[in-house]
Amino acid sequence: MSDYIINTIISGVWETLIMTFFASLFSYVVGLPLGVLLYVTSRGRLLENRAVNIVFGTIVNVMRSLPFLILLVLLIPFTRLVTGSSIGTVASIVPLTVGAIPIVARMVESSLCEVQPGIIEAATSMGASPLYTVLHFILPEATPSLIHGGAINVATVLGYSAMAGVIGGGGLGAIALQYGYYRYQSDVMWTTVTLLVIMVMVIQEVGTLLAKKKRK
Amino acid sequence: MSENVYTLTNVYKTYRNDGKEFEALKDVSLEVREGEIFGIIGMSGAGKSTLVRTLNRLEEVSSGKVEFYGRDLAELKQKELREVRHDISMIFQSFNLLNQRTVIENIEQPLRIAGVPRRERRDKAREMLKVVGLEAKENEYPTRLSGGQKQRVAIARALAADPKVLLCDEATSALDPKITGEILDLLKVINEERKLTIIIITHEMSVVEKICDRVAIIDEGNLAEVGDVKDVFSNPRSKAAKKLVFPSNPFDPSSPDGKLIRIVFDGLRASEPFIANLVEQTGLKVNILSANTRSVGGIGYGQMVLELPADPADQKAVVDFFKAGGLAVSEVNTYE
Repeated sequence: MSDYIINTIISGVWETLIMTFFASLFSYVVGLPLGVLLYVTSRGRLLENRAVNIVFGTIVNVMRSLPFLILLVLLIPFTRLVTGSSIGTVASIVPLTVGAIPIVARMVESSLCEVQPGIIEAATSMGASPLYTVLHFILPEATPSLIHGGAINVATVLGYSAMAGVIGGGGLGAIALQYGYYRYQSDVMWTTVTLLVIMVMVIQEVGTLLAKKKRK
Repeated sequence: MSENVYTLTNVYKTYRNDGKEFEALKDVSLEVREGEIFGIIGMSGAGKSTLVRTLNRLEEVSSGKVEFYGRDLAELKQKELREVRHDISMIFQSFNLLNQRTVIENIEQPLRIAGVPRRERRDKAREMLKVVGLEAKENEYPTRLSGGQKQRVAIARALAADPKVLLCDEATSALDPKITGEILDLLKVINEERKLTIIIITHEMSVVEKICDRVAIIDEGNLAEVGDVKDVFSNPRSKAAKKLVFPSNPFDPSSPDGKLIRIVFDGLRASEPFIANLVEQTGLKVNILSANTRSVGGIGYGQMVLELPADPADQKAVVDFFKAGGLAVSEVNTYE
């Protein structure tokens, strides 16, 4: 492999990390509250509200069932609006975020469902408001599970980021596609794939470790 | 005269599920007085958990009134209800502590909800920890504690907000008999020292016997009987009460004409040899099928199931003899 390729791969790693980090971050900014909303409005929960639950539940389901590749293309006008461009690392963050939000929301919802109903009953009996109960009872109790889910989400975003290479996104995925696939440089392809595998493994291990440490 | 903490008037609770109706509580009226330990006992599914949840409005009543110090809980707005709940603490069978928070942080929760400043609530939480005798566990996490210790932490948490009443929902049902005894002793001390009204939900007779002043018996959503524990225990009137107080009788009379009676005697008469007296004075013989004694509030109570002779005249003579001696006599149906 030439120096040029090696340098390209190094900056590809960097771009992948940036995309993954920011897309994960932004998807949690929206997905976490959305997951909490889905949880509290579902049947028998703190703020049961059928209408709200159905509306947001449907939006999440529709977004989740769109293949990510289609979402990438569909979102091009929106991406251009937000970042001024539809190609490159920064632009890829937009569809990655949008694609991850529904996954994050469902993951958060399922983590919160694991919290013992008794804890919520105790909070209510102490005179806690629904907001207080969510912030100081439900979320802390669900933290280890949320971290676990977080690792899965980040790894998913990383995988998606490789797909963004198809429509001109940056990162290792683009390199694998450009050099490895189109130019038949299989050494480049295997290198990038190996790097992606390692990154996913590290994310997963760190997540599991953090969750374990957090679980008292 | 002491004030009523709770006054329940004709409380009904109906659940609707898929068009089917289920009446969990039917026309329950009772009073809980200040400073007493009030037991609510019943088989599982009898509605006692529903009943206790109407006392802090975790359950809304379908009709009727639940008054807490004269205030109808159903009329409170959400914010007022949250205020009132600071006065009504609750402990649970499954403890319901936050596993991700330390013992002391758990105890601080109700104070934090009430907006007590950090320093003050830490001091108060430490004081409560001392009351339940777990000072050394301040910074442990609940998962490291035994069941009995967890319930002590839950009690400390319940006391932290200086409630006016403590609701215990099967609080000892997950604990072994020895630990149950310790927790009940602790509750008794708290009741006496802090003049705290305690309401205990349980399916265990022994819990009521040990610490309750008065007891209500709930059976299939109905209030079967309510009264002083010693009265209910020595002379249960309702079928549900009899079933709880007297263990089921495994024996049938040896002849088809035989008749079974149950006699109940309190501490004073327990020392008299009345079966021997019966034989001596009337010459009639009875067959003892079962007998036991229990201690209620420090007084011994005994009961016996006797098989009487086949002749109705003899039966009457025996019953009259016991009645004259001041014992409570009731007929036992073998299919009871």
